[in-house]
Amino acid sequence: MGRFTFALVCTMAATLGCERETRRYTELPAAANRSTAVRLTTLQPGSPQPISNVQSPYQYNAYGLAEGKRLYAAYNCAGCHGVAGGGAIGPALMDDKWIYGSHADQIFSSISQGRPDGMPSFGGHIPDQQIWQLVGYVQSLAGLVSQDAATSRNDDQIVGKPENRIEGTKQIQTGHR
Amino acid sequence: MGIRAQRRGLFLTVAGIAFMISACQKPTSDTVQQSPASARALSGSLADPARLQQDDGQWVMSAKNYAATRFSSLGEITPANVKQMGVAWTFSTGVTAGHEGPPLVVGDTMYLVTPWPNILYAFDLTKPGAPIKWQYDPKPLGAAKGVACCDIVNRGAAYANGAIFFNALDGRTMSIDAATGKERWVTQLTDINRGETMTMAPLVVKGKVFVGNSGGEFGVRGWLTALDADSGKTAWRAYSTGPDKDVLIGPTFKPHYDSDRGKDLGITTWPGEAWRIGGGTVWGWLSYDPEADLLYYGTANPGPWNPEQRPGDNKWTAGMFARSPDTGEARWFYQTSPHDLYDHDGVNEMVLADLQMNGGTRKVLMRADRNGLLYVIDRLTGEVLSATPFVPVNSNKGVDLKSGRLIPVKEKESKQGMVVRDICPAAPGAKDEQPMAFSPKTGLLYIPHNNVCMDFEGTAVSYIAGTPYVGASVVYKAGPGGNRGFFTAWDPLAGKPKWQIKESFPVWSGALVANDVVFYGTMEGWFKAVDANTGQLLWQFKCGSGIIGHPMAFKGPDGHEYIAVTAGIGGWPGAIVSADLDPRDATAGNGWGGMLADLKKTTTKGGMLYVFTVGGGT
Repeated sequence: MGRFTFALVCTMAATLGCERETRRYTELPAAANRSTAVRLTTLQPGSPQPISNVQSPYQYNAYGLAEGKRLYAAYNCAGCHGVAGGGAIGPALMDDKWIYGSHADQIFSSISQGRPDGMPSFGGHIPDQQIWQLVGYVQSLAGLVSQDAATSRNDDQIVGKPENRIEGTKQIQTGHR
Repeated sequence: MGIRAQRRGLFLTVAGIAFMISACQKPTSDTVQQSPASARALSGSLADPARLQQDDGQWVMSAKNYAATRFSSLGEITPANVKQMGVAWTFSTGVTAGHEGPPLVVGDTMYLVTPWPNILYAFDLTKPGAPIKWQYDPKPLGAAKGVACCDIVNRGAAYANGAIFFNALDGRTMSIDAATGKERWVTQLTDINRGETMTMAPLVVKGKVFVGNSGGEFGVRGWLTALDADSGKTAWRAYSTGPDKDVLIGPTFKPHYDSDRGKDLGITTWPGEAWRIGGGTVWGWLSYDPEADLLYYGTANPGPWNPEQRPGDNKWTAGMFARSPDTGEARWFYQTSPHDLYDHDGVNEMVLADLQMNGGTRKVLMRADRNGLLYVIDRLTGEVLSATPFVPVNSNKGVDLKSGRLIPVKEKESKQGMVVRDICPAAPGAKDEQPMAFSPKTGLLYIPHNNVCMDFEGTAVSYIAGTPYVGASVVYKAGPGGNRGFFTAWDPLAGKPKWQIKESFPVWSGALVANDVVFYGTMEGWFKAVDANTGQLLWQFKCGSGIIGHPMAFKGPDGHEYIAVTAGIGGWPGAIVSADLDPRDATAGNGWGGMLADLKKTTTKGGMLYVFTVGGGT
């Protein structure tokens, strides 16, 4: 090993070593700000902070929900989750079991981020606005949006109840399974 | 870098020495083991699967033997004493998806691959309760589950020359040392981002491991790949669509029918570039005729299901190939469903037998196809000798034996934007992958199968890699008679059933014929033994979950006959339970929601291996 290389390695080791051993006592860590992140559980350490209650911008909007329905077919969501949300490769969306929660921001996260057991990550592949429209439609499959705004009977084969006849009594859930 | 390389060198030296030591010790340990089963497994040339498949004490490949008969001549369990059969031991896999495929028995060891996460277990049969000898966890990607169409199943492993070969869902084929559970090689073959998975059971012939891909509902381009059994390197690959050079069609290709002759039919029978995403995956069963040196396998449905998006015959999907195992060259092809309208994959097992027909011996293969026809085909030429409906069929009028072509029924042709009702059989077919058995003693095929019809609407679909490419809204319903399944003993010469048992649910388990007793399971969880000649129910045992597994027979180190099967509801129909689908949507599970709502009230999920013997559990 040449003398120059030896010196270089020593310098690099010293530099890296300094960074490794640095203790920053004055600056705040990045996470010091109160988090507004989407929570997937109700369990929190200490006294619970309120669960965010972001609603889909299309919760009461017929056009947005209808767009969501169109996109649910166009992006092949139906192929995995069933034409009426009964599930197939992916879980059922019409029932009252929500692995990752039924809050609008939780469903947004599931579509955008994907989930490790098979849900693809659509974030960056489709516009956020369309994800919000899908969020509204997914909620409508379980009766979680206004029946006044939900889409009605299919033009195709009838395979389940129309979305606007699904009773909206089901509770929004934070992930529980 | 230098230090790492040095270390690797040192490791290799140490590993090399360790290997040499273990290699030196091996003959000693072989001679120490005295039990007949292990001597049988490990002595010299018998390590070759071509020989092992003939030993009914063992079960070294999914289909039992190259002819795929799932027949065992072991005769200790008889129609007279099967009533005394009981549980010898059980094993919980801890996996709640559908358990297809049989365990293997090689020497004194049983091997079982679970559904995803595809853990390979080895059990020591010489010890009470068959404790785990070792387990190998390939840690397949969880994301692979998102592109597996019909539950996250695995259809079993294969043994050859001291190694167990199997596939993990995320598209890897593995060779694992059968004695130690150590990895020999792992080959990544598919890309889940293109919707490609692997679920089939490999077949090993003459030092090559044959594997195929799954993903016919994701716009995958199907193939069969031959891997070198020692290295895991690809020897050849034959695609099911595209130019002749990709399909390995050359001068030795001599199909029996005119419609399969012509240049690059794998391109010209498709619109534009649709063959690139046209399906024809190879997720089913393989057979091999050592005398003719021909490998047989089927190709799955063309994609998408909506047939209006792919005018043409869609070669070489929904049919069967005969190939040279050495080079992969195609010898003949026969298309069971040209321009498939109903998701009638051509992947069902082909049972090889020599039948006395029309005054002579014919070397045939027999296939109970999704399209409802039981084909008897000359396996040397690909000529259809007979094609007989084995369930009520209204979507075809059989086969024109002159042209070899399936005769379609105009009013049952599916259309985009139009619901065509009461098509029989439905998409999962008169019979899906659940394998039948054949007894050379009775000359009968024992067929576990469905009695299912459907309403079908084609819908426009866009190809988005990694998402379903189906384009259909389908709803299944019970076929005529109301029973959704049958277990049928079929006489292939007479072209009619010898006897038939109605079952409430589709019979999605495999069949086993062990001398004079036939075994199968139901989706309720009953494991049944019936008389091979009469179909009379002789014995049944209620397992903890519905059965879609494939029963097998072996002789234990104690010299007694055992029957093994996995319970664990799932698979395409059973996903209603295993994936907790909501049957209020009639398309749930891609069509099963409409007719299997009661399955959720009948059985629960949970994988368990059951091993039975006469006098077991006493």
